Amino acid sequence: MSREPTALARIASDFAESRVALAGLVLLALVLLAAVLAPLASPQNPYDLAQLDLLDSRLPPGSKSATGMTYWLGTDDQGRDMLSGILYGLRISIGVGVASTLCALAIGLALGLAAGYVGGRTDTLIMRLADLQLSFPSILIALVLLALLGRGLDKIVVALVAVQWAYYARTVRSSALVERRKEYIEAAAGLALSHARIVLRHLLPNCLPPLIVVAAVQLASAIALEATLSFLGLGLPITEPSLGLLIANGYNYLLSGKYWISVFPGVALLLAIASINLVADQLRDVLNPRLQR
Amino acid sequence: MLVYVIRRLLQSVLVLGVMSLIVFAGVYAIGNPVDIFISPQADQAEIARATAALGLDRPLWEQYWVFLRQAAAGDLGKSFAFNVPAIQLVLERMPATLELAASAMLIAVLLGIPLGLWAGLKPRSTAGRTIMAGSILGFSLPTFWVGLMLIMVFSVWLGWLPASGRGPTTLLLGVPVSFLSADGLAHLALPATNLALFKLALVIRLTRAGTREALLQDYVKFARAKGLTEARVVFVHVLKNILIPIVTVMGLELGSVIAFAIVTETVFAWPGMGKLLIESINVLDRPVIVAYLCIVVALFVFINLAVDLAYSLLDPRVRLADAAA
Repeated sequence: MSREPTALARIASDFAESRVALAGLVLLALVLLAAVLAPLASPQNPYDLAQLDLLDSRLPPGSKSATGMTYWLGTDDQGRDMLSGILYGLRISIGVGVASTLCALAIGLALGLAAGYVGGRTDTLIMRLADLQLSFPSILIALVLLALLGRGLDKIVVALVAVQWAYYARTVRSSALVERRKEYIEAAAGLALSHARIVLRHLLPNCLPPLIVVAAVQLASAIALEATLSFLGLGLPITEPSLGLLIANGYNYLLSGKYWISVFPGVALLLAIASINLVADQLRDVLNPRLQR
Repeated sequence: MLVYVIRRLLQSVLVLGVMSLIVFAGVYAIGNPVDIFISPQADQAEIARATAALGLDRPLWEQYWVFLRQAAAGDLGKSFAFNVPAIQLVLERMPATLELAASAMLIAVLLGIPLGLWAGLKPRSTAGRTIMAGSILGFSLPTFWVGLMLIMVFSVWLGWLPASGRGPTTLLLGVPVSFLSADGLAHLALPATNLALFKLALVIRLTRAGTREALLQDYVKFARAKGLTEARVVFVHVLKNILIPIVTVMGLELGSVIAFAIVTETVFAWPGMGKLLIESINVLDRPVIVAYLCIVVALFVFINLAVDLAYSLLDPRVRLADAAA
């Protein structure tokens, strides 16, 4: 345990080597802060119809409302302040992404550990299932699932979990297979510890580092996939407008030159995804023992 | 080798069978299409007649059996919405999607390999870093949003390229294609670029990683020690070796390009299979959804098979491992 801080410090200093990655980390912190603080930070509650004025619809960025408020990013077709809509949308997009990533992580971790530790027929069954799932593009699986399940926050999380779990299961299984043969597991088995204890207290912690990178990458792709599905009209319902839905809404006005309705939510989506990818990219290099300089 | 091919073929047939069952059972669960196709004023008798006409009054297993028997004969049912065979509807749209997918792959490979080589040879240079930053952007930008931005810049602001549709098509061996006429090419440019971006980022990263690894290998050191020119070392010794993973990944990615074409086709109103799928999901046109999925799954299984076989032909090490197994 005494070596833990030095390992963390090494990771931190390796991470800080890339200024781009540091910028990504700062950006990610800002994006998360904006998502968490959306109700406090936004100038308007975009779902409170009493605060909306239809006369203010489709105003360009920088316009003033009748009450003297400035719409810094313009308004949409219902007179909603885009900045507020984006902050709330970011909250929903990131919430869906994080929730589905955590669920998929838990399921993938459990199945991957079972496959790696138990082996045999359990392993074959789980891995065949993962192979079958990974041989089809995620968007196709999610699209078909949503067509079956219908719209809704819970349904999109189910669809995202269904396309993500296999990545975790595969990663965990391959580290579990390596770790299982190491001496500390043999020692634990020699002490006649229960299987549950060996798996949860000894095997699990040592399988986690590679998962962190996979989880970061998957979080970014979950957010992008949710936005895509919502854009296609199969994701979240209108009552829970994520960034994808805001962009789809602006699509109708793009050709008439009212760019702000879909450009700004897109920029917010891009910032969220790019910052996560930048951090994940550097984490992969830092945590990869093959690239030790 | 023959045994291997036969085994892979049998596996593929099994996957197709399982998928047909999943697809059928799943699609059966989507709403009731009769509600959508019949007028709200229809009485009970009319609803019953419509249900019987679509074969929806029979038990599920019987519907599946009828579906399987007809599918084996190449008949996947009639579209509820258009009243023409669903498979014909999907096949009619297929050339448009394949043309789009092939153009996107071509762009990705032709631009991606040189850029990736450059970034791999000079990883610390400004150009190398810019290329890598660009590839992260390519991964991060959601396809549909890039599509909108392309439309905004090139169609709305600059007015250079058309924003939607396929333009005039020319018959090539009986198949309608866009790329043979200037107007068709103009229509193809934006959607193909849009679809290519993600794969371009992937090719760049693969090529860069492969180049960096290859440069450390003994055969490259040896080639240099022999006094070969840098161009020969890079384009013959390095490139040849990194092409194997690139060919494999690109082959496997062809399936995902076809799937992602759903998004691009919707944004650019490109009349392909993907747009048809979204339209069919919206009106619960079951036979068309099933036909699309069957055709796409068959396409994927075929692509995977072809890639596996091509891989063992390209890489002697795989062939040897196979023979030993």
